Amino acid sequence: MSETSDRSSLPPAAPEPFPAAGNISDEEREELRRHGILLTSLEELYNWGRTNSIWPLQFGLACCAIEMIATATARFDIARFGAEIFRPSPRQADLMIVSGTVTKKMAPQVVRLFNQMPEPKYCIAMGACAISGGPFKQGYNVLKGIDRYIPVDIYIPGCPPRPEALLNGLIQLQEKIKTERLKGPATARHLKPDAPSEYPIPEYDAHDLKPPKNPAVWTQNPLPRDQ
Amino acid sequence: MSSTAELLDHLRARFPDATLELVENPGPAAQHGLRLDHTSARLIATYLREDPAWQLDYCSNVSGVDWIDREETEKVTTTVTAEDGSTAEKVEKVTRTIPGYFEVVYHLYSMARKTSEPVILRLRTANRTDDTVVPSLTPVWRSCEFQEREVYDLYGVSFTDHPDLRRILMWDEFKDHPMRKDYVEPDDYEYEPTPHATVLERAAKHYPPASPAEEGSQS
Repeated sequence: MSETSDRSSLPPAAPEPFPAAGNISDEEREELRRHGILLTSLEELYNWGRTNSIWPLQFGLACCAIEMIATATARFDIARFGAEIFRPSPRQADLMIVSGTVTKKMAPQVVRLFNQMPEPKYCIAMGACAISGGPFKQGYNVLKGIDRYIPVDIYIPGCPPRPEALLNGLIQLQEKIKTERLKGPATARHLKPDAPSEYPIPEYDAHDLKPPKNPAVWTQNPLPRDQ
Repeated sequence: MSSTAELLDHLRARFPDATLELVENPGPAAQHGLRLDHTSARLIATYLREDPAWQLDYCSNVSGVDWIDREETEKVTTTVTAEDGSTAEKVEKVTRTIPGYFEVVYHLYSMARKTSEPVILRLRTANRTDDTVVPSLTPVWRSCEFQEREVYDLYGVSFTDHPDLRRILMWDEFKDHPMRKDYVEPDDYEYEPTPHATVLERAAKHYPPASPAEEGSQS
């Protein structure tokens, strides 16, 4: 079977095999599958389903959104990865692609949209502006990165990133979802009852947003002494 | 030059009460402007839109300009008579301060006449502090509405008779006008690797170099 050889040539998706699948290796499982025996676990099945039907929120902020739209077109075709249903309502979406410059005027709305998304939900910061403010970092009206207010799972650098980069970011997110656990100490965030699902929405102030960052999700990088 | 000067002569003949001024552009583009006074600005604008000779039916652009207080130095030659009766010429440098003002610049074209050179109108406020009012030209050209709001937002120029004068880019709670030359940005610098000199200055202020003792311990 060509599928088997393809899989063995790829690096393993997760660093360790799923314990719920028993103490047999992936090769042995593939061997069983060739004989028509599918050995899996509820956890794996659950993650497999979620991984391949990510519904992104249909909203764009700046030029990165053009690349995001290009990713959805026939040439790059994000549908190959099961993420082609861009939903116009946050209630139906589980991935927020922050595609572009987040101005301070727009930031509360972005946080509010993320709050309105049901769990499990993920966030991709696409492009230099969404990561850090990018070329507008030292300006008076641009947020220095959306990770000040909401947790970001995947950062995609670029100005703007090409569609391939967005697809790679999506694959990285899928790998992350695949390793999420239903139980145990490494339980996924959305399954912990005490983990926050909504984040404080900043308010407008005379010169900046109030508060300027949410310390629960963002910590400042150490000083670059070796510059 | 010729068309703007022609327009100026024409308007002076037609509106003898209006105070008009030619604002020359010394650059290679030589797009000279026409400064209008506040009382007759809308009357003249309506005339320029309606008159068959001009038909300036399209306002493509409204800009704000912040002219801060500036000093001009002039050489003044005076004749001095000495005690023995001989005269000598004395050259003195006189510096005078021109108070600042805001300027709103309108670029007008005629779609009907298919013009390619803009007619430029300029309105000036009395000063930069308390009297920052100019008449709105939105009742004449509807396309001015958002751009006049932008000038109001970023420069703080108030337009009388504007239908909806609110901030457009910054949030309503924002204080100050960020495009003014004397605007002070909030001091929220964060480190970034950059080759820009102005940013490096701010970086040096926020991240002072490590003290010699620290450097000694590192190396």
